[in-house]
Amino acid sequence: MSEHTVSKVLDLKGLPCPMPVVKISQEINSVGVGEVIEVHTTDPGSLSDFPAWAKTTGNEVLESEQGNGVIKIFVKRLK
Amino acid sequence: MTADAAVQLAELERKVEELGAGKQNKLAMVVFSGDLDKLLAAMIIATGAAAMGMKVVQFFTFWGTAALRKPEANVNGKDFMSKMFGWMLPKGRNQVKLSKMNMGGMGTAMMKGLMKKKNAPSLDQLFEIAAQLGVEIKVCEMSMDLMGFKHEEIIDYPNLEYVGVATFLAHAKESSNQLFI
Repeated sequence: MSEHTVSKVLDLKGLPCPMPVVKISQEINSVGVGEVIEVHTTDPGSLSDFPAWAKTTGNEVLESEQGNGVIKIFVKRLK
Repeated sequence: MTADAAVQLAELERKVEELGAGKQNKLAMVVFSGDLDKLLAAMIIATGAAAMGMKVVQFFTFWGTAALRKPEANVNGKDFMSKMFGWMLPKGRNQVKLSKMNMGGMGTAMMKGLMKKKNAPSLDQLFEIAAQLGVEIKVCEMSMDLMGFKHEEIIDYPNLEYVGVATFLAHAKESSNQLFI
């Protein structure tokens, strides 16, 4: 799993709604188009919120994985 | 189809959809309530929408305007009724109460404690994030006048403006989403 080339890791553990999407929206432009941010979050809502955010903003969630209470989401900047 | 073309196609489809509706990717929200719980919902949706790339315009009216007062402001030159309203209504977002289970302030205090424990953003933080994300705040001039609030007792917020109902309606008309909270 998660064989992605990650440009940046964003630690959002402990931050509840709406902070995870607020943070990714602020950080997405810190990587280049086509690059991937690996997000670590403990907010279960992020599992549906990140795909919804990506769809609306025209980016892509490559993969989400859960383990040890931490959710990892791989977000690719598309534009 | 290459990945690039697929992305372009998806983008085009999204734009055509927007054109078809004649609406902008925008949220026009009325913040009528002056309760802690409803203000939290309003600010979380507003900041969330801004994070989703939407333009967000909030219209504070009626009880909502009291949440925009500065906590420390003491304004002179008010008539008797305005003084009474000023005295009875919350002085800013940190004095607002829950709409249910306030229990003389105990419920509100418990909720605030719980939010801190769960690391949930406070109204102070949400207003700060909203400002960072460019959420616009418009204040109903008539509510201000009714409650006897003066401009100088309203918080400093970027691009805060005093408006009437037509401004809200003009924004609502061109927005893809409208909410009344």
